Amino acid sequence: MTAPLYGLVLAGGRSRRMHRDKATLEYAGQTQLARAMSLLEPLVQMTFVSTRADQAHDPQRAIYRSVTDRLSDLGPIGGIDAALHAHPQAAWLVLACDLPFLDAATLQQLIAAREPHRLATAFRSQYDGKPEPLCAIYEPAAAAPIAAWIAADQRCPRSFLAQADVAWLDLRNPRALDNVNTAEEYQQAHAQLAQTPAGEPAAAARQLHVQYFALLREQAGRSAETLHSTARDASDLYEELCGLRNLQLPRQQLRVAINDAFADWSQALADGDRVAFLPPVAGG
Amino acid sequence: MSRFRLAATPLDGAALRAELQDPGCGGFVCFEGWVRNHNDGQRVTGLEYEAYTLLAHSEGEKIIAEACTRFTLERALCVHRVGTLALSEIAVWVGAAAAHRDEAFRAARYIIDEIKHRLPIWKKEHYENGDSGWVNCERCAESHRHTGAGESAA
Repeated sequence: MTAPLYGLVLAGGRSRRMHRDKATLEYAGQTQLARAMSLLEPLVQMTFVSTRADQAHDPQRAIYRSVTDRLSDLGPIGGIDAALHAHPQAAWLVLACDLPFLDAATLQQLIAAREPHRLATAFRSQYDGKPEPLCAIYEPAAAAPIAAWIAADQRCPRSFLAQADVAWLDLRNPRALDNVNTAEEYQQAHAQLAQTPAGEPAAAARQLHVQYFALLREQAGRSAETLHSTARDASDLYEELCGLRNLQLPRQQLRVAINDAFADWSQALADGDRVAFLPPVAGG
Repeated sequence: MSRFRLAATPLDGAALRAELQDPGCGGFVCFEGWVRNHNDGQRVTGLEYEAYTLLAHSEGEKIIAEACTRFTLERALCVHRVGTLALSEIAVWVGAAAAHRDEAFRAARYIIDEIKHRLPIWKKEHYENGDSGWVNCERCAESHRHTGAGESAA
């Protein structure tokens, strides 16, 4: 039988690089913690916030059901362990609280792809192909191996997933899991999201029509595709597609055309643009 | 008729030359690029061209317009093949007609050189040993794989 799905927002971190509590950072008038909780609520049976023992009476957290770490200073894996231990009948959709660009569609994609007979369902990073442990579903059967992982003095949830039986999926919105660790990253994310009306998906993806030619067409396995991307310019888009389509030509050797004219790599992309990546030419 | 065209069928040099005939011109220079049976030490059996049609048309027209301005050319035409070509077929045809021979020579040279560098068109060679490769692309892909960073532009 498939275990009921609960939601857990990790808000027990020490936010050392940010120098202030990340859970209380605000975007568009909402704290990160409140935003994560409100994204989860419609999608799971119950939502919880993961806290350290010394945060139990923090007013930002006390308004939610909570799961308190069993052991101190284990980092995110301690929160996952505590939830699986406190409610062993449930599977957990675990979210970091510092994902300002996360949207409901990404969570729906994760839930739709859930494979309850495995230990977990998780995305692979758009950037390096590594597991994304802090926007993932952990099944009840993961409780024992995670406890054993911690007992063996391991802390990294990414390494845990890398060696576990996991259902993997690719992110449709490549920026959805970009996280924010420093004050500078927060300023940037804040500025971008301030322009987004509340309730809208953050960092709206543009529809782009991409064309591939010659060797790139063969590497991509297609001559064209239409996709949604939050890439700001052609350079970002190429980097994204290198990962998605396993393109093997370095960008420095290509030219780019936007709407059937040669363009700069830094030209901002607009919704509906046609973007073509051009390998070294060989006419005559 | 536009001064730059892509063609999917074999080119007829005499017919193209007739398009440029003009009583005001005293000199006509033609360059034909042919499919050669060898390249870079390999026996070539045939090739194919793939173009970015819309951009090739605008860039090709731009090159001809530049040549006309620089060299006081009366008439110019360039046609490039796409698709599959056999040995000795015409891959590209360039014609330049001017009042005097010097302008015609220089313009024809300018057009073919710019076409080779700028036109968004790609050539895949087929070799006698059954291999094939995209000219100017394979080596940069290869260097990228070996060094992890592409430095050698074609």
